[in-house]
Amino acid sequence: MNSTKEFIKELSEKYGKERKSLMPILQKIVERNSYLSVDAMREVAQILDISAAEVYGTASFFSFLDTQARGKYKIRVCKSITCDMKGKSEILKTIENILKIKVGETSKEGKFSLLETNCLGWCHKGPAMLINDEVYTELTPEKIRNVLSEYIRERK
Amino acid sequence: MNTNINKLEYIFSKDCDDNQVLAKALSFSNDEVIEELIKSGLRGRGGAGFPAGLKWKFTATQPGDEKYIICNADEGEPGTFKDREILTQVPKKVLNGMALCAYGTGIKKGYIYLRGEYKYLVSHLQKNIDEFHEEIKKYGIDFNIDIFLGSGAYVCGEETALIESMEGKRGEPRNKPPYPNTVGYLGKPTIVNNVETFASTMIVFRLGAENYKKLGTQDQHGSKLFSISGDSPKEGVHEIELGMSVEDFVREFGDGDTKAVQVGGVSGFCIPRKGFKNAIIGEGNPTGGSTMIFNSSRSMYNVLHNFLDFFAEESCGQCTPCRVGCQQLLKGIEAVKSGEKPKEYLDQLIKLSKTMQITSKCGLGQSVTNSFTSIVENFREEMIY
Ligand SMILES: Cc1cc2nc3c(=O)[nH]c(=O)nc-3n(C[C@H](O)[C@H](O)[C@H](O)COP(=O)(O)O)c2cc1C
Ligand code: SF4
Ligand code: FES
Repeated sequence: MNSTKEFIKELSEKYGKERKSLMPILQKIVERNSYLSVDAMREVAQILDISAAEVYGTASFFSFLDTQARGKYKIRVCKSITCDMKGKSEILKTIENILKIKVGETSKEGKFSLLETNCLGWCHKGPAMLINDEVYTELTPEKIRNVLSEYIRERK
Repeated sequence: MNTNINKLEYIFSKDCDDNQVLAKALSFSNDEVIEELIKSGLRGRGGAGFPAGLKWKFTATQPGDEKYIICNADEGEPGTFKDREILTQVPKKVLNGMALCAYGTGIKKGYIYLRGEYKYLVSHLQKNIDEFHEEIKKYGIDFNIDIFLGSGAYVCGEETALIESMEGKRGEPRNKPPYPNTVGYLGKPTIVNNVETFASTMIVFRLGAENYKKLGTQDQHGSKLFSISGDSPKEGVHEIELGMSVEDFVREFGDGDTKAVQVGGVSGFCIPRKGFKNAIIGEGNPTGGSTMIFNSSRSMYNVLHNFLDFFAEESCGQCTPCRVGCQQLLKGIEAVKSGEKPKEYLDQLIKLSKTMQITSKCGLGQSVTNSFTSIVENFREEMIY
């Protein structure tokens, strides 16, 4: 894999070096590195010729543009009303027990981060969660165990 | 007024050739397309309910060539999932609706602003967009659509915040006026319409404006998708003629023990049992189609707490009444519940929420009072004990 610096250069060529390309560029970096490091944001600022504070300002606004180090798999459990009514707390507890991390934390080997999020648009099939871009609905503790064991088993 | 639920099947109907509908619509002149839409009475389906035809007309008449069409697929209102269903099942209806808009207004560039939570839909959508680009060539329409992905911010569903984020900035709503139809994306006139609004324009042209207008009530025309969730054996997306009372709605979709219905999502209103008879869904409440059903096992304090937590988190923080107000309302109900504050404090909180309605910059802060006041007033005891 080439360096983040080269990657950002490629992105700026693909999306253009204008301010309006900022979101897609940041999204692609998060997709690759799972978060935006200070260095990555500085690099983007330089290439788009805007201040690093502007880049951070935009990045920090959006919950999916993580500016803190995150695991390879980001688990986002919906905590809005219908998922809450359908047992989101139990789901969260199950995940915490399996991965031995609490909401907001990343597992030691850097593989999983556990986060909460607002309505995912699957309220009729709650509780719902995302693992990166993948949607999981109608969760039960058993379903969680099955899903997570697949992610855990996967090598690397 | 209809007293019964009239289920319809237009939006998801598979037996209708949308390309044929588009071809039919294109037999009208540009102006006629817009006039037909105005005649149909179709209102925006994203929440605010502005007449779609008028929005197109205002934007079409703005000077200049560089203008944009944006399909708002940010769908962040809790309890709403119909736009996702539309984009999954009948994406061509939305794309053709956008093409119609392009034809009517002469705009050449369109975007679909898709919430980051729906990123899994990108490849499906892109495939449909590629096919669509080929299909409209034969009608001689010069129009091109790109997908723009959001990144997890509810407020970006607000049209000016959406535009700010597309420009690479923080998703903070702008002052209105100017409205996007004069100063929008990159400062150019821009039409922002909801996913379902674009899909509904296809129904207008399938049925004809006259027939479309006959559906619904005096104020609300056509059929509408409702996202139904909560304590209901029939959760999911349902297409229903506008104008039904909450009472009929509950009879059809409730579990027999319905205590309250939240209409219009967290920014909408909570209707308690005693109000079912006189409340009409979509009249005097937002038209987004989120309907959440609560049965008597639910604590309305927990419901309100969840809503306020949502607002406090999703407030962009740009203006003080909303930023501080949301947090104070949340702390306030906690304090009353724990006995730290007397129950009369609830009245002060209601006043605060009304101040937020007047002084907040955008619809987020302005609508917190809807659910707050309707829940606190109707379930006061649950807030205290
Ligand atoms: C806080 C907030 C969030 C909003 N979210 C959405 C949304 O997710 N989808 C949407 O279509 N409209 C949303 N709106 C309404 C838009 O600002 C705008 O009115 C709408 O997209 C216009 O389209 P329509 O006329 O077709 O409904 C939101 C408004 C506010 C104030
Ligand atoms: S009302 Fe709230 S969300 Fe809207 S601009 Fe003000 S702080 Fe931001
Ligand atoms: S409340 Fe969880 S997906 Fe909507």
